[in-house]
Amino acid sequence: MHELGIVFYIIRDVKQAAESNNVSKVSAVVMNIGEVSTVVPEYLTDCWRWAADKEPLLKGSELKIIPVPAVTHCQDCGKEYETVRYGKTCPYCSSGNTFLLQGNEIEIKEIEVPNN
Amino acid sequence: MEQIKIIEIKKSVFAENDKDADALRQELKSRGVFLLNLMSAPGSGKTTTLIKTINLLKDMLRIAVMEADIDSDVDAVKIKEATGIQSIQLHTGGMCHLDAEMTRQGLDNLDLKDVDLVILENVGNLVCPAEFDTGSACNAMILSVPEGHDKPLKYPLMFSVCDLVVINKMDVAPYFDFDLDKCKEYIHMRNPKARVIPICAKTGEGVESFAEWLQKQVIDWKN
Ligand SMILES: Nc1nc2c(ncn2[C@@H]2O[C@H](COP(=O)(O)OP(=O)(O)O)[C@@H](O)[C@H]2O)c(=O)[nH]1
Ligand SMILES: [Mg+2]
Ligand SMILES: [Zn+2]
Ligand SMILES: [Zn+2]
Repeated sequence: MHELGIVFYIIRDVKQAAESNNVSKVSAVVMNIGEVSTVVPEYLTDCWRWAADKEPLLKGSELKIIPVPAVTHCQDCGKEYETVRYGKTCPYCSSGNTFLLQGNEIEIKEIEVPNN
Repeated sequence: MEQIKIIEIKKSVFAENDKDADALRQELKSRGVFLLNLMSAPGSGKTTTLIKTINLLKDMLRIAVMEADIDSDVDAVKIKEATGIQSIQLHTGGMCHLDAEMTRQGLDNLDLKDVDLVILENVGNLVCPAEFDTGSACNAMILSVPEGHDKPLKYPLMFSVCDLVVINKMDVAPYFDFDLDKCKEYIHMRNPKARVIPICAKTGEGVESFAEWLQKQVIDWKN
């Protein structure tokens, strides 16, 4: 149910953006989806198909997903590393004093609209 | 030939909810209502802990409960029967979390005129509820002993958004090799400011510490 919930938030935001840009038809929605965002891209596109086709504005529109790799920064040695591989612990200096730089995005990047 | 125009949006799906949540928090503050968002994995002891806590506090604070944990009204009825306070079930339709808008709709179904404290028992899940601000004044979570002392390492976001971590089912700690000191260390790695209170909701041991903490938060909020 997680991805379907997310799809409803996307639809709400896209409708809002369409209205403020005077757009009556959207052909694609482009998303930045982080590797550790808890969203499974295939589930998200499946849910999109089902929910978007119920909306005149979005009927037949494609959900394009740009994956964003997860990168963690170590505050003790200043290096960056792959989050999924090493988790919270820095592989260079073994410090746990680290934070996620990118990779938890669930973000609407842009929408594509027919121009005619 | 059909051409495509691109309109840049660059907006997180959480942005709108964060705005709704801030607005709700402000509104509750001005009405003098403290909302506690209580989270945990399914079965960690939210309902049991709430019943014990409410019975300690109900003569001092006017309390109401919103149950979102499962899609039946078992917990809401249980709380009403065991404490006598106002308690409603929110129907989440299988959603894995509550957002600020759903929380607001729930609050609309409560009589808040004479209420100091509303406790929201969130959906049993350690992932999504951490991502969606409900508009609560405070977030708390319950970690129960059988889940293991390394849970804070596996669900870092949940532990980083909570002001308080209650560790429940301390009665079974010997059977699970549960290391309380390690658990506290892991929690503080994720959130140095988190308060940790070990309890046994079954016997009520330690529940008064949680009740005292909660009472203080409510009083501070109303001042
Ligand atoms: N041994 C033990 N069991 C507990 C304790 N607290 C709750 N339980 C049991 O754990 C189960 C789930 O509790 P419940 O309060 O319904 O959890 P919730 O799903 O988080 O609301 C029930 O069978 C409770 O009796 C405790 O301190 N010790
Ligand atoms: Mg419950
Ligand atoms: Zn979810
Ligand atoms: Zn390092």
